[in-house]
Amino acid sequence: MIYRENGQFKTSYAADQQIFPILQDRWAILGILAFAFIAVPLLADEYLFRAILIPFLILSLAALGVNLLVGYCGQITLGAGAFMAVGAYAAYNFFVRVDDMPLLAALLLGGATSAAVGVVFGVPSLRVRGLYLAVATLAAQFFWDWAFLRIKWFTNDSSSGSVSVSNLSVFGWDLKSPTDVYLFCLAVLVVFALLAKNMTRGAIGRQWMAIRDMDVAAEVIGIRPMYAKLSAFAVSSFFLGVAGGLWGFVHLGAWEPAAFSLDRSFQLLFMVIIGGLGSIMGSFFGAAFIVILPIFLNQMLPWLGDLVGVSISTAGVSHAEIMIFGALIVFFLIVEPHGIARLWSTAKEKLRLWPFPH
Amino acid sequence: MTRQIGEVILDLQNVSLSFGGVNALTDISFDVREHEIRAIIGPNGAGKSSMLNVINGVYRPQAGEIILRGEHFRQMNPYKAACAGIARTFQNIALFKGMSVLDNIMTGRNLKMKANIFQQAFWMGAARREELEHRAKVEEIIDFLEIQHIRKTPVGRLPYGLQKRVDLARALAMEPQILLLDEPMAGMNIEEKQDMSRFILDVNDQMGTTIVLIEHDMGVVMDVSDRVVVLDYGKKIGDGSPDEVRGNPEVISAYLGASH
Ligand SMILES: Nc1ncnc2c1ncn2[C@@H]1O[C@H](COP(=O)(O)OP(=O)(O)O)[C@@H](O)[C@H]1O
Ligand SMILES: [Mg+2]
Repeated sequence: MIYRENGQFKTSYAADQQIFPILQDRWAILGILAFAFIAVPLLADEYLFRAILIPFLILSLAALGVNLLVGYCGQITLGAGAFMAVGAYAAYNFFVRVDDMPLLAALLLGGATSAAVGVVFGVPSLRVRGLYLAVATLAAQFFWDWAFLRIKWFTNDSSSGSVSVSNLSVFGWDLKSPTDVYLFCLAVLVVFALLAKNMTRGAIGRQWMAIRDMDVAAEVIGIRPMYAKLSAFAVSSFFLGVAGGLWGFVHLGAWEPAAFSLDRSFQLLFMVIIGGLGSIMGSFFGAAFIVILPIFLNQMLPWLGDLVGVSISTAGVSHAEIMIFGALIVFFLIVEPHGIARLWSTAKEKLRLWPFPH
Repeated sequence: MTRQIGEVILDLQNVSLSFGGVNALTDISFDVREHEIRAIIGPNGAGKSSMLNVINGVYRPQAGEIILRGEHFRQMNPYKAACAGIARTFQNIALFKGMSVLDNIMTGRNLKMKANIFQQAFWMGAARREELEHRAKVEEIIDFLEIQHIRKTPVGRLPYGLQKRVDLARALAMEPQILLLDEPMAGMNIEEKQDMSRFILDVNDQMGTTIVLIEHDMGVVMDVSDRVVVLDYGKKIGDGSPDEVRGNPEVISAYLGASH
């Protein structure tokens, strides 16, 4: 079918305010969901699940959280990893300290804890911005790295903060095989993506974007910067906390604070920059890109090297990876600050008009 | 005209504002009556924008009082002013660049939307209902200002004149009682100025909105305003009907004389 909205007239504001107002987009999204829920479990093998699909799903959720704060509300953060850690360790505490705590409840409580912590660490945003805010959120990162390593209570007295969980099940469904874990993460991601979309197309999303684009004008309209900024920190940290819980519980099973280090914070920030600031879809693009690129390079570079008669070591590959990331970040920041998502929507816009360029 | 000019709704008394050593406003007093169009004129740097910023709390004066519907304030703050029904547009357009025209105008409804964040996240109940109700109201404003064709366009892509119109639309979406307009016609061509004058008069006439207008174009000011305040170097040098102001020798030498 040709990608076009001609003839699809909206007869009510409700129809016009749908998440996907264009019919073809609605079919496409249904197709993708069917593929993800039905076809992928039949086709993928264990390696694909563990190395690519599950990390992609969980990091997409985390990137969504970062995007709500950075892309929609315009507040920079270098502490995303810390909020994942807070979510993971809080969920862990709820899970092991409370008898019969269901997994899902523990994860959500972990998210809620992270949200509360996010509000506290968001307070500097009321006073400072840009570089200074980046430094303040970096302090959050260092503080929680330290806390989970040194404060034994947080980790149930385990040494050096390494903890593990087992026997995970949701409503009687045991999350044993990678397929189960994949489906569970996918379900969580779909629900959270929907929540994110609803917030960003509604009043709260407009408040965030207004603060991002022109804070004085936003205030004059009656938007309170404090409420807008702290709610963005809370929601973002909630997403990150749940993602952290998933990462620890169902992806790793056993983890230590290093799983949520500053590297993770940077990785998430790169995802939203490359994927597209202020775009839900961009969060997925960014996560896919950053999960797949290293694996792709690992396969491709040695092979390319062989072609030209140079042997490339594993160290060489990881150096190349860092350089390519660096170059891409610079490229997107300078050439296309709205990331892959913007390239995608430009392409769609062209397609909508095709074959008539004007 | 159906409107009838009423009691004093906004009264500024002995307002002084300085930035470091610069006196932007010195001991200014003037009042605004309900339903009137009150113009503020004066050369560049006279303190006109500062005056509006004092009224809606963006700037805090060092001395003086703001009396709004009989209530006394030492200074306002933007949130309080918005709640009290004061809206404004900006001299240098201050639209939300990353958002569509529709979303920009919808932000104007912010204070009237009460659904909590959970209802919004699940797009349920009050959130869904409000989104539709306020969309309908916003569409009325879009029709009124004749910007239907650009409602989905990101504001950054619009030409200057249309951006000014969207800025006005966003302020109107607040359904303000007092509307502060900071040079709404600056940089426009004749045709755009005529349109804008018509919108301002219609807002005043049909919605009964009290308007405080800063404008450079003397022709426009004389045509649309009921009373005019003249500022020069932060001091008030004239106040009265357009004709009185035009005849005031001090005003002529300070402002009209200088620019003609
Ligand atoms: N935020 C500010 N900081 C410092 N000085 C300011 C500020 N805003 C206005 N001023 C000064 O106050 C005076 C009046 O400015 P303004 O109110 O913008 O004048 P107008 O709108 O009449 O052109 C000018 O001298 C200007 O430099
Ligand atoms: Mg000015």
